[in-house]
Amino acid sequence: MTGYDLLFLLPLVIVAGTVLLVMSSIALRRRHLLVALMSDAGFLAALIANLALLAADDGSHQVTALLIVDRSSLIFGALILFAGLIVTLLSYDYLKRRDERREEYYLLLLLAAAGALVLAGAAHFASFFLGLELLSVSLFAMIAYLRTRPDALEAGVKYLVLAGASSAFMLFGVALIYAQTGRLDFSALFMMRASPWLIAGLALLVTAVGFKLALAPFHWWTPDIYQGAPAPVTAFMATASKAAMVAALLRIAAPAGLDQQPRLWYALAAMSVISMFLGNLLALRQNSVKRLLAYSSIAHLGYVLVALLVGGTAGSQAATFYLIAYTVTMLAAFGVVSVMSAGETEADALETYRGLFWRRPFVAAVMTASLLSLAGIPLTAGFVAKFYLVAAGVRDAQWALVLVLIAASVIGLFYYLRVIWTMLSASDPAPAALPALSLIGGTVLAALVVALLWLGLYPAPILRLIGRVSGL
Amino acid sequence: MMLIGLIVVLIAGGVIAWAAESRRAGTARWIALAAVVFDGGWLGWAGATGFGNSLGSRWLATVSYPWIPMFRISFELSLDGLSLVMLALTFFLGAIAVLVSWREITERVGFYFFNLLLTLAGVTGVFLATDLFLFYFFWELMLVPMYLLIAIWGHENRRYASFKFFLFTQLGGLLMLVAILGLVFFSGVHSFSYEKLLDTKLDPRTAMLLMLGFFVAFAIKLPAIPLHTWLPDAHTEAPTAASVILAGLLLKTGAYGLLRFVLPLFPYAAREFAPVAMTIGVIGILYGAVLAFAQTDLKRMVAYTSVSHMGFVLLGAFAFTAMAYRGVVMQMLCHGLSTGALFVLAGVLQERLHTRDLRRMGGLWAATPRLGAVALFFVLASLGLPGLGNFVAEFLVLAGSFRANPIATSLATIGFVLATVYALALMQRAFFGARAATDSIADLSPREWLIFGAMMAGLIYLGLFPDGVFRLLEHVVRAKSML
Repeated sequence: MTGYDLLFLLPLVIVAGTVLLVMSSIALRRRHLLVALMSDAGFLAALIANLALLAADDGSHQVTALLIVDRSSLIFGALILFAGLIVTLLSYDYLKRRDERREEYYLLLLLAAAGALVLAGAAHFASFFLGLELLSVSLFAMIAYLRTRPDALEAGVKYLVLAGASSAFMLFGVALIYAQTGRLDFSALFMMRASPWLIAGLALLVTAVGFKLALAPFHWWTPDIYQGAPAPVTAFMATASKAAMVAALLRIAAPAGLDQQPRLWYALAAMSVISMFLGNLLALRQNSVKRLLAYSSIAHLGYVLVALLVGGTAGSQAATFYLIAYTVTMLAAFGVVSVMSAGETEADALETYRGLFWRRPFVAAVMTASLLSLAGIPLTAGFVAKFYLVAAGVRDAQWALVLVLIAASVIGLFYYLRVIWTMLSASDPAPAALPALSLIGGTVLAALVVALLWLGLYPAPILRLIGRVSGL
Repeated sequence: MMLIGLIVVLIAGGVIAWAAESRRAGTARWIALAAVVFDGGWLGWAGATGFGNSLGSRWLATVSYPWIPMFRISFELSLDGLSLVMLALTFFLGAIAVLVSWREITERVGFYFFNLLLTLAGVTGVFLATDLFLFYFFWELMLVPMYLLIAIWGHENRRYASFKFFLFTQLGGLLMLVAILGLVFFSGVHSFSYEKLLDTKLDPRTAMLLMLGFFVAFAIKLPAIPLHTWLPDAHTEAPTAASVILAGLLLKTGAYGLLRFVLPLFPYAAREFAPVAMTIGVIGILYGAVLAFAQTDLKRMVAYTSVSHMGFVLLGAFAFTAMAYRGVVMQMLCHGLSTGALFVLAGVLQERLHTRDLRRMGGLWAATPRLGAVALFFVLASLGLPGLGNFVAEFLVLAGSFRANPIATSLATIGFVLATVYALALMQRAFFGARAATDSIADLSPREWLIFGAMMAGLIYLGLFPDGVFRLLEHVVRAKSML
């Protein structure tokens, strides 16, 4: 490893450096604003470094055996850092209103982002595992960060136990694969003829990935933990952590394509179909917005899996764009939940949102835009993303998957409309006072909506960027 | 440029109306009216001046910019005779819809007119788009503001109706999206441009499946049996202006889609499918008429007459004769006017009587003779009285379809008889017989006279001088190679 190599890891180095800086700053003096500013500056600097690398377009670089820096890892890196930036701002706004020791939270957030970055750039099972664990361990502390809230603690413990179990599955799977191939880098994975042990190893690996992406039937933890975690943490979990895992999955599957392993393909297809239906069906009757979004995210990762199953360049690109649109949209949706949460309670019950259109038009408009984006209605990012996905499916003549996707989307539309309806309808009893919209919250939401509409109306620049992700 | 301008004026008008209303109440409706009238005037002026020198070519005006080059999607709008006629209807009914809402809407007025104009912008886009992606974009774009119009300003059961409307249309839309993508990829053209996709070679089975994808989307919107069930609910629960737009314009986008896309893009598959489509059309004509007779809710009754009238569109569209084609376009225009007027009438009655229930009406002629006369006029138009546009339309459809499918066409003529039955039943129940209540109700106001007068004039003009419309269509009819 040379200094030149280090240049490609600059975003990761900046994030790690910020961790150290924040830690020493907390040791000297606790200042919430300062720590938040430092974290945000770190994320911003890393994001700029990342975009600069992306603009330089230097092809693919293997940095040590562990990490690879190419277009895909940089695009997903930018996405993770963007999510980190937004979540830091939302968290500052959120934690300001609560009596906690707030400063360490940012440390965990930065660590989680670093883990996600490693995961997105992993080319080796060692870095894959390191990134995954760094992400998971930081996340479970973040989930339980509001120690005084019982449901946050419960969610944290649940996540710890389940994430631990899934890591164990994964390690065992990796060990089996290693026993067969004798190598730990991803490229070796599909070079072997399928032996039962390799299949078993892959199955265990899929279990762990499925858990992290909350794909059915490994989705059971999602609603509880999404609901229990503080809203900004949920936002991070729903976006950055998923983006990192999808990036890793793309890299694992890419060299040969999933259809080289038909059994794996069918297993993932089944997971995709079940996720799409189950996620949307279970969301239908939720009265908790966070649970509803949790089930929605299960369905959305099912859609993403369709793109992966289609495979090839078109599939990878569709999945990448979908993740970008999904990240912006989910950040906006959970951003609304976050700015609506005052005091000790979270704005979780659907009833909190009754009549929001007439009381807080801007916040309600942001929520509506993100829900319509999740439903894939034009003007929004979700529309172009779904279009891309269906296009990839149709081009590859995956009729069954495409039709399931359509049926599931129509089911999904119903509960998005339900939330919009609730925000539209008049509130009869005098409703509880809503927290004032802070400048930071308002700005973040406005920026996200602009991004949402920009992706929906003029996606050409982003598509061009993704279009150069070739040979994934 | 004008084509983009038409859409931009509507959207800008909507935004300005919304913003202005919060500063000063009562300005939104004037701004909305100005925007729609301006568009109508612009279109009329451009039509009168013959769109420069382009009258000889297939498109009177066209504009195209690259949009998403990766997929070869461009922002492409084109106008031909068919679009021109439909746009004229759009701006005419748009102005009517604004006038109808003048007093009816008292809450959240600015936002209301914003949604109204946005719906009109979406409809305008649908009638102009000649890039299939753009068409789908506008097709979906009409949905949200219309959903909001029903959901916020609708009647008692608006939640159910608005959800059903959205879900049905979205299902059709997604099927159409798959069909569009299938067409683009399997035709080997790899472009979303309508012109480039015409006359592509597809193997018959693929063509049939893709055609069905389009057909289902348009049949839901039209609506055709058995995909019509969203319509009575949506029409009944919507505020008057939204009912007018739904019946007058949104249903027409389905018919327009059949004429613009299904027939030219899949000529052979459509021919093969014609007997089925015509049968569905005839069933719609008869079934809609019978159900209309059985309704007790005035708006629901009018909604079912729409199902019946749109059956003629389906019948004529799949007859593949120039005569039937002209009849179909005529039917779209006249149905827009006559059914729109009946919905306005229902709104006027509801405003005065606070009910749409026909059983609680009766004897209104004595109290409001002018209103009664107006109602009689539109009811007669709806049943196809010679001299009015609907007669021309339905006659041409039947005459043009007879050669193509004598049995179906003969059955469809029964629709005329049934139309007479439900139309007279409507008059009888609402305006004749014993008066249910004795309190006095107001007759037509000048604004209502203006609305009804304009619609009457339109129907009479179309009935007596249909040639004006046919001349505009001449190029379109001739360009259809399979006639």
